[in-house]
Amino acid sequence: MTGLLVLALYLGVFFGAKVILSRLFSGAFAPRGFNKIKTVTFGDESAVNGNRMASVISVLTIFWIWVAFTNSVIPLPKMPGPFAGETSFTYTATQEDGTTDDATVSILVYREDIQLTVDEAGVAGKQPEVPEVDAGDGFAKNDTLTAARYGFEVINVWKNDEVSKKEGSRITAINGQTIEPGGSVKTSAGRIGLTDKGTPTFAPSPGLRMPRLYLPAPEIVMDRFLRLNAEGYQGFTLWEHTWTSLRRVLIGFVLGALIGIPIGYAMGLTNWSRGWFDPIVEFMRPVPPLALIPLMIIWFGIGEQSKVILLFLAALWIMIIAARSGVSGVAITKVHAAYSLGASKWQILRKVIVPNSLPEIFTGARVAMGVCWGTVVAAELVAAEVGLGKMIVAASRFQLTDIVIIGIILIGIIGFLIDVGVRALETWLVPWKGKV
Amino acid sequence: MSELLINDISMRFDLPNGTSIQALKNVSLDIKTGELLSVLGPSGCGKTTLLNIVAGFLAPSEGSIVLNDKVVLGPGAERGMVFQQGALFEWMSVRENVSFGPDMKGISRKESSENVEHLLDVVGLQDFKEKAVYELSGGMQQRVALARCLANDPDVILMDEPLGALDALTREKMQSLVLDLWKETGKTIILITHSVEEALLLGERLLVMAPRPGRVHKEYRLPFADLGVGNDLREVKKHPDYSNTREEILEMIWNMEEEIMGRTDESA
Ligand SMILES: Nc1ncnc2c1ncn2[C@@H]1O[C@H](COP(=O)(O)OP(=O)(O)O)[C@@H](O)[C@H]1O
Ligand SMILES: [Mg+2]
Repeated sequence: MTGLLVLALYLGVFFGAKVILSRLFSGAFAPRGFNKIKTVTFGDESAVNGNRMASVISVLTIFWIWVAFTNSVIPLPKMPGPFAGETSFTYTATQEDGTTDDATVSILVYREDIQLTVDEAGVAGKQPEVPEVDAGDGFAKNDTLTAARYGFEVINVWKNDEVSKKEGSRITAINGQTIEPGGSVKTSAGRIGLTDKGTPTFAPSPGLRMPRLYLPAPEIVMDRFLRLNAEGYQGFTLWEHTWTSLRRVLIGFVLGALIGIPIGYAMGLTNWSRGWFDPIVEFMRPVPPLALIPLMIIWFGIGEQSKVILLFLAALWIMIIAARSGVSGVAITKVHAAYSLGASKWQILRKVIVPNSLPEIFTGARVAMGVCWGTVVAAELVAAEVGLGKMIVAASRFQLTDIVIIGIILIGIIGFLIDVGVRALETWLVPWKGKV
Repeated sequence: MSELLINDISMRFDLPNGTSIQALKNVSLDIKTGELLSVLGPSGCGKTTLLNIVAGFLAPSEGSIVLNDKVVLGPGAERGMVFQQGALFEWMSVRENVSFGPDMKGISRKESSENVEHLLDVVGLQDFKEKAVYELSGGMQQRVALARCLANDPDVILMDEPLGALDALTREKMQSLVLDLWKETGKTIILITHSVEEALLLGERLLVMAPRPGRVHKEYRLPFADLGVGNDLREVKKHPDYSNTREEILEMIWNMEEEIMGRTDESA
């Protein structure tokens, strides 16, 4: 339900922002530069360049939806919130002989995350006391209780009544509305129902916002991030978690490249190596590295060795294949030209084949780094002592969703930075790529 | 005395489907030092195959190549190649490309630089020597290829349609350059082309090849290459013999093409 609403909202902003902004800033939507003189732009991919405003609004929209569907303090339009505060309902109890009596149930609904909050003095929040109420008259007595937001309470209204359920007292109406076991009554504060056995229940209205357990508000995540930064998590600082994951990837990838690239060259250059490694590479290539995690744990345990070997294997096949196709991508005229200029085999390898295969190797490196980064997180999710994946999975066991979200954001940012880094290295080392 | 002997070369390609193509049959030639030989023929007549055999990239089915009394068994620095395109090293600057041969021989940059600079001057690329080759136009790239080949000081220069990818104007300028380089260096040059004009202008000796099987069809001795050295090639084209020979050769090739078309039509 909420999912559909999010989708509708998202699509609404997508189309709405386009319509409104293209009216307001028609200049920014007009084709620019060379595209101005093109009459055909639809289908001409080179005429498409991402609209900056769209990117900015896209990010802002995600942020806004995050705020709108959580109990955030950020002053942005939000979905209707969950009920909190005082409410009450009356129930009518009927005895077997037909005598009835009304009594009130007062409920104090408190923040479900009250214990996670801290007031200005630095004191952690406490669950509120059950308020005192006057018992009232008649055989049914007034009740009082506290309930957490998003919660669900089964209320034993008879515990202070003069006639108990066993003695034949039944609830026949809520707020004056007749009710059968299994039925319910909606109020602005939530829903009062009867179980199949006739016991009243109360579920405070959840509104459309996510409880903190599912989706913490941005400021809570930010606050957690600052605290993680200062205090770390489970004995390791945030930096240690991050760097450990990254270090595993780097070591695994470098080993995979150091061994894979020469094997790939050998496969591209000699029959024996091609024949020797082809079956292994063709067999191992389609095996997802994640499938190797259990075996790595059985063989090497859950420590560094197991992770690094896993990542080495993840990078190895990709780098072998990249180097091999790098060799096959060398134009034969270049090799012929080099031989005619008196180059030896070794010189051809160093001066022609290696540089000529660099673009392919970099493409492979980008893929391998991406795969390794994904694999390390997964491996840490399964078993590790430190690392971003380990941080996430440990936090999820304690239902610390904010840490889980921080972990995911960090994983995304670092994965992105890795790719940017490899690409920058590529433009620096292979300036001729795509220009030949 | 550097003399290039092509001794009764035959070349058969065995195809995987069991058939075979007779790409060359009994081709014999005796090429004198300093000769400029242009080879012309319809496409598929084995020109590239012949050049690759001379270069040592292919071993002939029969016959042998002898250069300076030594049988050619593989590629070597004494036979330089200029390809149509795509044979330059993009990861090197213009100058590094030109000095590739000397570098491979272990000659220090210091020693080779004089010659390399001279060649860069000759081909008019002095101002571009630090550029990457992919930044140059097609004509400039071919000048780099020429200079790179010359820097290695080969006995024979083999060119497979070296100007084939250039536009007409650039091509004309490059033809003059080839003639000038030929005269200046005195190298033996074998130049493959499928442009009749180019074959006439650049061939001191012109070989017309016929297809199926590839063989020498007719040979000419022509004065135009000598006339063209240092002169405007357009003037050379006004020579009465030029247009006569051109018509004759065009007719010859036209008939060959007709014959090929006819044959393929029959077999189809
Ligand atoms: N590697 C090869 N395998 C099979 N056939 C080939 C091969 N190289 C060339 N041929 C055939 O040999 C003939 C001559 O080719 P080629 O020397 O490239 O001709 P040209 O350069 O005159 O156009 C063509 O019919 C071609 O299909
Ligand atoms: Mg050819």
